[in-house]
Amino acid sequence: MKILVTVKQVPDTATKIQIRADGQGIQEDGIKWVINPYDEFAIEEALRIKEKQGGEVVIVALGPSRVEEAVRQSLAMGADRAVVISTDAAVDPAAAATALAAVCGEEGFDLILTGKQAVDDDSAQVGPMIAANLGLPQVTVVLKLEVDEAGHRLRAERELEGATEIVELPYPAVVTAQRGLNEPRYPTLPNIMKAKKKEVRRVSMDSLSLALDPRVTVNRLFAPPERPEPTILSGEPEETAKELVRLLHSEAKVL
Amino acid sequence: MNNLLKDLRQGIRDLCARFPAPYWRTLDHERQYPDAFVKAMTDAGYLAALIPEEYGGSGLGITEASVILEEVNRAGGNAAACHAQMYTMGTVLRHGSAQQKQWLLPAVARGELRLQAFGVTEPDAGSDTTHLTTTATRQEGGYVIRGQKIFISRVQHSDYLLLLARTTPIAEVTRRSQGLSVFLVNLHDALGHGLTVTPIDTMMNHETNALFFDEVWVPAENLIGQEGEGFRYILDGMNAERILIAGECIGDGEFFIEAATHYANDRVVFDRPIGKNQGVQFPIARAYAQIRAADLMRFEAARRFDQDQSCGEEANLAKLLAADASWEAANVAVQVHGGYGFAAEYDIERKFRETRLFQVAPISTNLILAFVAEHVLGLPRSY
Ligand SMILES: Cc1cc2nc3c(=O)[nH]c(=O)nc-3n(C[C@H](O)[C@H](O)[C@H](O)COP(=O)(O)OP(=O)(O)OC[C@H]3O[C@@H](n4cnc5c(N)ncnc54)[C@H](O)[C@@H]3O)c2cc1C
Repeated sequence: MKILVTVKQVPDTATKIQIRADGQGIQEDGIKWVINPYDEFAIEEALRIKEKQGGEVVIVALGPSRVEEAVRQSLAMGADRAVVISTDAAVDPAAAATALAAVCGEEGFDLILTGKQAVDDDSAQVGPMIAANLGLPQVTVVLKLEVDEAGHRLRAERELEGATEIVELPYPAVVTAQRGLNEPRYPTLPNIMKAKKKEVRRVSMDSLSLALDPRVTVNRLFAPPERPEPTILSGEPEETAKELVRLLHSEAKVL
Repeated sequence: MNNLLKDLRQGIRDLCARFPAPYWRTLDHERQYPDAFVKAMTDAGYLAALIPEEYGGSGLGITEASVILEEVNRAGGNAAACHAQMYTMGTVLRHGSAQQKQWLLPAVARGELRLQAFGVTEPDAGSDTTHLTTTATRQEGGYVIRGQKIFISRVQHSDYLLLLARTTPIAEVTRRSQGLSVFLVNLHDALGHGLTVTPIDTMMNHETNALFFDEVWVPAENLIGQEGEGFRYILDGMNAERILIAGECIGDGEFFIEAATHYANDRVVFDRPIGKNQGVQFPIARAYAQIRAADLMRFEAARRFDQDQSCGEEANLAKLLAADASWEAANVAVQVHGGYGFAAEYDIERKFRETRLFQVAPISTNLILAFVAEHVLGLPRSY
């Protein structure tokens, strides 16, 4: 089974981000970049399917040269090779999905796996849009995935509010991973060493000659307002309870 | 190369994330060996970093190995539980016979065999190594070991012990460093056949023991290299050990500085973060500067080691500077944390105890200073 995993590099959720002076994006220097955590579940699932059934796992990434680090880390987890669509431009979800779908289509595959969303812009659109672009069935927010090779079908469990939905679909298909699908492995030292020697094919985004005009443009990013200082009531419980009710009613207007 | 170090660091961080602070805290409390962690490190191939590829390792240099240990300590763990695999192996690699290497190294690389106990120190021979009195007496087909060792770590979690013992009585050699030999002792065979292991309770979670050898038999094929040349073989491994330990100290220092900085930004006293006070932030900044300086010396020593240049001076200086810097950083971290620095839950006191060891073992600070004074500066030998 040939599995493509589309991987995005995102700022580590533990890093403090700062908004650029022009308000159009974040300051990128000094940031620690990681593989989008949901994409890690997708990589792990792809590796497990390959380990069980054989085949190939190919990473498809998109972005500036820094994404090579995420690609190397994906290869160190055990993926076989990678394709990187290189671009320095800011890419909206539709453009990313169009470019990724084009490269995936050209690469050929049985299955595309990716995270249910990227933790940077949280748009959760790229997986579904790749499926739409390629005219494929898709299943999102997957917690459990089984591959029936004989029947050429997938059985997936999806997380819904308070329920689990079980879906069956034929593949080729696009599956997006939810936390809980598996526990991603950490790389072993021999795999870190091997990763350096694995093939990474670079395709410039311009060379794809696709219409990639952004459908969404960012007007302004701004930080949430600072939280006001808390009011701490002290005194006799009877008094403070009364005061609390008064504040909730007349100041906070929640009662 | 730079990319490799970056990926190594990330790899170790990912692994260590599975063994967060509560894991180490509980082990510390119960004085238990970090079996699961050491298994994970072994299975992921990190402990075989220095073993050449032909023997199933990754064939990396001391630079990479010291970064591996650094990241373990930086993540709040304690690499002492498994670091010896890295340096005891070097003695076998450099001085063992082809046969010894063939049966030992691949098994170590696969994690089937643990070679992480190293027996040098004796009650009457600590810093003064060549004064040791444990003897190995030649007999038909092998040697009989008699004597006593102390502070021998990880014996209960190792399959083999690399032992330094006297094969020629001191009276029959011209220099005390002569007549010592290195043996591979199969601990499973020796236990109950003359070897007694008595654990020593210490101030941190570090499995260390007193060993009593009452006529322990070691077959002749377990002698490493030439009889009588053992001290030279041990000295040979010292530079590697110093650089690896320097890495651990630097990792500790980074742990303390990250913890102290975080806490100083967070903790509000007199209506301001304590880190706003110069009296709080300057010591952290100074400790950081010292760690960075030690780090440079570590990389310089490691570079020379990996390029087969002499590195005795640099390796010793790196260990000295790094151990001092980590201890300084530990002190600062306790001070910044106030009372909470003493509470186990904050991990500062545990790491404080752990990093204190480096001032004494594997070599005490004074002995490094004595080395530098004599061998680098040309001052008279002081001991
Ligand atoms: C937790 C732990 C684990 C250990 N693990 C191992 C192990 O696995 N294998 C092993 O072989 N050993 C091990 N050791 C032993 C360690 O290497 C020794 O403790 C160390 O070398 C110092 O020896 P000593 O304790 O006999 O101190 P001593 O040699 O008695 O020295 C005592 C003090 O006097 C100072 N001193 C001595 N002579 C001089 C001098 N001439 N000038 C100035 N100062 C001097 C020393 O610096 C030291 O501070 C371990 C020790 C500890 C505490």
